[in-house]
Amino acid sequence: MDFNDDHYALFGLPRIFRLDTSALDRRYREIAAQVHPDRFAQAGDAERRLSLQWATRVNEAYQTLKKPLSRAQYLLLLAGHDVGAENNTAMTPEFLMEQMEWREAVAEARLAREQGELEQLHHRVKQCMSSRYEQLAGLLDDQHDDLLATDRVRRLMFLEKLLFDIDDAIAALEA
Amino acid sequence: MALLQIAEPGESLAPHQHKLAVGIDLGTTNSLVATVRSGLSVVISDELGRPLLPSVAHYHADGRVDVGYEAQSKQALDPRNVIASVKRFMGRGIRDIAHRESLPYDFEDAPGMVRLRTIAGVKSPVEVSADILRTLRLRAEAALGGQLVGAVITVPAYFDDAQRQATKDAAKLAGLSVLRLLNEPTAAAIAYGLENASEGVYAVYDLGGGTFDISILNLSKGVFEVLSTGGDSALGGDDFDQRIFCWILEAAKLKPLSIEDARLLLTRAREAKEYLTSHGVAPIAARLNSGEVLDLKLTTEIFTEISQTLVAKTISPVKKALRDAGLSVADVKGVVMVGGATRMPQVQHAVGEFFRQEPLNNLDPDKVVALGAATQANLLAGNRAAGDDWLLLDVIPLSLGLETMGGLVEKIIPRNSTIPVARAQEFTTFRDGQTALAVHVVQGERELVSDCRSLARFELRGIPPMVAGAARIRVTFQVDADGLLAVAARELTSGVEASIVVKPSYGLSDEEIANMLTESMVHTRDDAQRRALKEAQVESQRLIEAVQSALKSDGDLLSAEQMAGIEAGIAKLQTTALGDNRRHITLAMDDLEAQTKDFAARRMNKSIHRAFTGMSIDELESRTDSSKSLGEPA
Repeated sequence: MDFNDDHYALFGLPRIFRLDTSALDRRYREIAAQVHPDRFAQAGDAERRLSLQWATRVNEAYQTLKKPLSRAQYLLLLAGHDVGAENNTAMTPEFLMEQMEWREAVAEARLAREQGELEQLHHRVKQCMSSRYEQLAGLLDDQHDDLLATDRVRRLMFLEKLLFDIDDAIAALEA
Repeated sequence: MALLQIAEPGESLAPHQHKLAVGIDLGTTNSLVATVRSGLSVVISDELGRPLLPSVAHYHADGRVDVGYEAQSKQALDPRNVIASVKRFMGRGIRDIAHRESLPYDFEDAPGMVRLRTIAGVKSPVEVSADILRTLRLRAEAALGGQLVGAVITVPAYFDDAQRQATKDAAKLAGLSVLRLLNEPTAAAIAYGLENASEGVYAVYDLGGGTFDISILNLSKGVFEVLSTGGDSALGGDDFDQRIFCWILEAAKLKPLSIEDARLLLTRAREAKEYLTSHGVAPIAARLNSGEVLDLKLTTEIFTEISQTLVAKTISPVKKALRDAGLSVADVKGVVMVGGATRMPQVQHAVGEFFRQEPLNNLDPDKVVALGAATQANLLAGNRAAGDDWLLLDVIPLSLGLETMGGLVEKIIPRNSTIPVARAQEFTTFRDGQTALAVHVVQGERELVSDCRSLARFELRGIPPMVAGAARIRVTFQVDADGLLAVAARELTSGVEASIVVKPSYGLSDEEIANMLTESMVHTRDDAQRRALKEAQVESQRLIEAVQSALKSDGDLLSAEQMAGIEAGIAKLQTTALGDNRRHITLAMDDLEAQTKDFAARRMNKSIHRAFTGMSIDELESRTDSSKSLGEPA
């Protein structure tokens, strides 16, 4: 085991999108228990520093693999596709139109202070995303079509942002 | 000299090797100190058997300070010099303080943190907190019969970096070695979870004297994982007192009050609030300095009505925390109530109604935080007993970010990230030939810098002149297990670096702390020199034991020569620690640290290998983000 191993290797898990998340949780807890700073409170400075670095590293790996969007981004990054790069944001007009419709609906509900409507939207976006994640799993694990997967991940990034904004709007109404 | 016996992790220690460690709940209204005795977490009471220490300090003209009940009883007599609820001022500027006008203190606006003018001089909230912590330290040392190796100090989960740093500074000033800053709801969850062997998702609703926290935790097989946290660091029982106070003023049609009368009525308000916990009506009677006589009755109905908005203010962070955790009310298995203010029936009712279940009140809401902190302190001090194998995974409450061009916030670490956490992001220059860069670190959820809390500013200078957008500046945020942030910036093409432990704009500088330490020593019976020497000796003993235990379990990782070198280092430190030269002890410790550096790395690798088997190795590719630009220093 090496500090510079990729996140999958760190947890000893196969490099796939359909990850066994309960195995991930278990591995994470096993390793976190070994390296957490609480285990080194009485150790020397060098060990405490190392523990901080390792615990940070393990947390980063876990957080990346735990959520499907960051897991997909990371898988593609390992395959040489940088999803986060902004130089390739061309989306189809249909997708952009759909996005605008979602956003208008959110803006309207926000202005009208319709918390129930916002919660409905949250639910619908969630559903839409879960079917898209299933498609993505096929692209990544079965078809191995990284280019199409990269495009689909970019679309999901839009939806994640949309979901975040809906939650923000709900929180603003509750405050 | 005989070598000390070191227990392996998981093995219980003989009583004489038990390290003295405490958990301290530094509360807005009351503080407590607890420790683990014979495997049980217990609160240490004062000589009169009282477990609580009112968080009140009374300053005298000769520089003396009384802390606790004695000070509390003088509140109405000497309101300017009796400081209560100082926790509300920790890490706060003068504009942050609510109801400033109705507080009897003489505030002084100071850069970063507000100060209080007293007859004994200008006091920082950090100094007042240190006086409270010192009282608790002396109480614990007297009860336990020795010097403490360290303390776990609790802070509200929703405390930001400035408030955490201020708390750590106060502990340092009080002569305490801080093993960990622990979030209050997490401490309560430890006490509750270990006591009841709980599994599943729990909410901890913690309404203290001046702060409100909600934490959602998953308890599973000895792991306490905080999923999300939220709250309001300026909402607590004090605010309910304030509502009653305002009601009294209106009901009795009182004219503006003297500070003595205001203090007296605030005390009456608090008493009425407490009385209503078990009664339907509270009498409020007082004779004011102005000669007016007060005789009112406050009913539960009126109290519920005038405090309704306060109770509602706690529910929206609860909803937000649940949403952040991706959970709904139905997922929550139990709601643990913490903090004296949760005794109010209207709070119990509102929480029960929201979660659709009876809240759990089987642990004393005043003590549960200190008891959990003591358990954690015991573990961190190395008194690990068999079965003590639990792990705590906590989060940061508020997002951390940087100011980018246009006064916007670029979030670097999102709220509810599990700590420790580090994140790096690349930025670039805004102007051609820009050679310096202003780094402004902020904390909060809003998009505009002006709506977030400013934590620190620093500059990266000496960037070689380049066209705008060509420089690559990597800014790294590291949050440690105490939830404290350190920031570093580095220009990648030239290697120019700057870093900062986030402190200056809201905390105290090391120099200020050193000065306060010197000053405080004048007024305590502690002999500063002797204490410092004793601390160095305790520290060196800790290091020797750590190294010896490492040698015992992993000595096979070393060559005979390396082993001999480290053993010689231990022997040297042991001899030096018997003497009375503190500087020599520190130097011998540094030497031993240096000698064991490689060994530490090898041990860490070994313990990680232990957790799993060999696997394929791939290069970790570095991630390049598209760069936002940062401004020049003004």
